[in-house]
Formats: sequence, C-alpha cells, structure tokens
Amino acid sequence: MTRYFTDEHEWIDVDGSSATVGITDYAQGQLGDIVFVETPEAGKSLSKGGDAAVVESVKAASDVYAPVSGTVTEGNPALADDPALVNSDPEGKGWFFKLTLSDPTELDGLMDTDAYKAFVAGL
Amino acid sequence: MHRQKATHRSLEHAEPTLVSDTNEIDIDTPDAPLALPLDAWHRARGARMVPFAGYEMPIQYEGIMAEHLWTRESAGLFDVSHMGQLILSGDGLDAALEQLVPGDIAALAEGKQRYSLLLAEDGGILDDLMITRAPMGLYVVVNGAVKWDDIAHLREFLPDEITIFHMEDRALLALQGPKAVDALKRIVPGVDTLFFMEAGSFFWGLEPLWISRSGYTGEDGFEISIPADFAAEFADLLCKEPEVKPIGLGARDSLRLEAGLPLYGHDLDPATDPIEGDLSFAISKRRRTEGGFPGSDRILKALAHGAARKRVGLSVEGKMPVREGALLFAGADVVGEVTSGGFAPTVNAPIAMGYVAAAHAAPGTKLEAEVRGKRLPVTVMALPLVPHRYHRKGAAQ
Repeated sequence: MTRYFTDEHEWIDVDGSSATVGITDYAQGQLGDIVFVETPEAGKSLSKGGDAAVVESVKAASDVYAPVSGTVTEGNPALADDPALVNSDPEGKGWFFKLTLSDPTELDGLMDTDAYKAFVAGL
Repeated sequence: MHRQKATHRSLEHAEPTLVSDTNEIDIDTPDAPLALPLDAWHRARGARMVPFAGYEMPIQYEGIMAEHLWTRESAGLFDVSHMGQLILSGDGLDAALEQLVPGDIAALAEGKQRYSLLLAEDGGILDDLMITRAPMGLYVVVNGAVKWDDIAHLREFLPDEITIFHMEDRALLALQGPKAVDALKRIVPGVDTLFFMEAGSFFWGLEPLWISRSGYTGEDGFEISIPADFAAEFADLLCKEPEVKPIGLGARDSLRLEAGLPLYGHDLDPATDPIEGDLSFAISKRRRTEGGFPGSDRILKALAHGAARKRVGLSVEGKMPVREGALLFAGADVVGEVTSGGFAPTVNAPIAMGYVAAAHAAPGTKLEAEVRGKRLPVTVMALPLVPHRYHRKGAAQ
C-alpha cells in the first residue's frame, strides 16, 4: 500500500485499484473542531478536482475535492456518529471515503510523505 | 479542500469596514486589516488571527468548542477593541439623540446602560448599540464593522452643539462567564456591586477604567474600557486568575447565537425594523406613546398589529449545521431564511436563527431548511435557545 498526498491536504492510500481518502493532520488542525462530515454515497462517480465531501467545523463549511477520479465504494459510516474522529485520528479512523480508481496515472503528480512534510513546513 | 463554501459567510470572511464619504471628522478607513492594541498579546498566546471588521482579530486559541464551554462554566476574556467607543456630550443631547434612537434616553440615570438601535429614516436598523449615562456624557459602544458609518450618521444628524469624541486610544475587553465576577473583583474591588446593565468608573492603580456589567454571551460578565497602553498588562493579570482564559471571536459567535443575540450585518440590517428583529423591548415605554423616532409610524404600527415576519430561533434535527443563507420551507413554499447558524457546543447540536413569515413564527412550528439541496427538519423555538444568566437587580441570586 502506498500513501500519496495532495496540495489540498488530502491523503490517499492506494492498494491496487482501491483507494482510501481522508484529510491530513495539518488540515484538521486548520479547520478546528469538526462537527459534521458529509461523505459521498457508494456508487457515486467522482472526477478529479470535483466536489466529493463537505467537512463542517463549528464556524464554517468547507468542500473536500476528489483527489483522483473513480467510483465511491463506501463513505466512512463512523463519521456520522463521531465526526470528531477527523480531529483525533485524521489519517486513520477519520478517513472520509473509499473508491475504485478509474485512472491510476492521476496518482503520478501527487506527493509522497516526505514531499508533503516539506510542503507543509513551507506554509 | 478548504475552499470555504461561497454561500456560507463566516467570521473569517467578514467584509472589511465600509468606506464613508463624510469629511466632517477624521475618518481613516483602512484597506488592509489594522492591528489592535492587543495584537502581539494574542499572537504570543497562540491565537489564530483573521481579518474582521477591518482589523486582525483572534478567531481562536485552543479551539472554539473548548473556549465556548470554558466561558459557560468559568470565565472567558474577549478582546473587542474593534468596537467603537464614543462619548457624546453637549446641551440638549438627550432630546437630540432621541431623534435617532427609540430608547428613553432622558430617563437614563447615571451609571445605567441601555440597549438601543440607530434607526434610518424608514425605521430600518443601521446598527445596534449600548448607551450608558457616564459623568462626562453618554458613553456609546457601536459595532466595529459599521462604526465609521455610525459616526458619520451621528455627525450628520446631531446638532453642531453635540460633541462626538471617538475614544480611539482605549481598548475594550469583555470578561464573561459565571466566575467572571470572582476573578475581576480581586483585581478591581467593588465591581461586584454592579448589577446587569449598570456601569461605573473604577481605578486599576492610577488607570481609569469604565466598567459595565454586560456582554454578548448570555452569561454574567463585564465589559472593561481601558487605556490601550495598559490593556496588555491588564489582560495578563486577568489571565493569571485561575478562572480566566482568553477566548476568540469564534466562540464569541457561537455563544451569542445560543443566547439569541443578533449580530449586526447578519441578523439585523437596514432592511429590518426592530419589531421584525424581535427587539421591541428596545422601544421604550414613553417613546411608544410619544413616537418621534425614525420610522416611528411604521414601527409603532407593527408593534400594535404585528410584523409580517419575525426573527426566531431554530432547533435542527440531526447533526448537519444549517448556516446563514439557508432557505426555510413550509411544504413547497419559502417562508423564511436563516441569518445565523452553526453548531451550538452547549446544546451539542446545530442551531440557527432566522426570519420567518408571521404565520410560521410560533414556537413549535415545524419547517424545513434547505442545505446543499437536502431538506432538513427544523423547529421554530423561542429565543434564547440557552437561557440567559445575567446578574439582574432584584432577581433571586
């Protein structure tokens, strides 16, 4: 399994053609207390850069974009009852959705862990 | 991600101070956000700073949820130095100001504070403000986002004999919460003798403070006007008290929402009159009989017969927040709009306030809010959604 990162502060774990998407620890820190997450339903087709999910903190709603194209297989059901998982474990139990990749070459331009760390350090 | 949804105006994206065209007073309207007296103090305490009302302001320190709950159970220190602090003075002041606001100013005794409204000619609300009788005149606190417009309006419509002194060299701090009195009276003895909506002069060493027992959270608390040069030292001293933590604008917004207190520019604006805004308490008894304030014909008629729409509270079913701009439906009909909404930490659920047509304004009325194309069940509630806990004179303590 390989983990990629986007400059929109999302992470993507890729295992073959399956991927799991969430937001990074840096992102949750910027957003503050998460009170609601709207995840996409299974079967929904996402295109890279399009709206995929909405994450709401106490003060505002923010869009989460699809980092890659594909078909959603599952939204994280645990976030309905406990959206604060995104704060407490953003890169683990606080994942947003899983999808089947439709174009794995889209992963080519994404960052690895070291590159993302350097990216965040420069912000 | 992190593109804020355009339909959801948040504190971080508040519009900058509007430019005023008056040249009668020195108006220095900033383009880039300005620093307030406590700017470095906030940053040193880890605040995240955002532009608000033309200034860099702290939105949060440790987190909005924790700060909100701390204020409700202990005491929170808020920097509200962006607000305008004015002293009005001169012969005939009371009668002149009564031409612009619907409150009974003449009956305001020294040390008494009153919530009032600056009204446009048609009765629309230009701002909401606090007016207090101070030894040197009327001490008036106006909203930061519209203070330059307020000053221009006052200068235009008050006679030349009235002096408007904008105290730009003073900071304004609010200490709010059930333990605010315990902390403040150790530093400023005697403040515990004030009741809700009373104010007075106090000293901290040689520094003159003007302190009122009031605020914007629904809790007991104080607002402290202090020379800007000493504000950081005073804030440090307050935060050394075990009850006190600094609190950002984010929690200020969620606290006032729970307390049912309107935010000017969101819940009140020039297209809204005081009766629609559920602020009829601000129309003083004598003024109801005598009229003579801007829009008094329209406003007194609405007071007698009811307004076409009304500001109400809304409880929201489920966990999805309903925010400003969401339309409210009764069946297929649009019957209102949300003007403030978000997550309420004390309630541990989303809440909102907004305007609904009179026929749908009764508490208990079931409506639907539209959020991102989905309909969410909401229920009209009486304001406030979280009860006020003011230190009122004559109330059982």
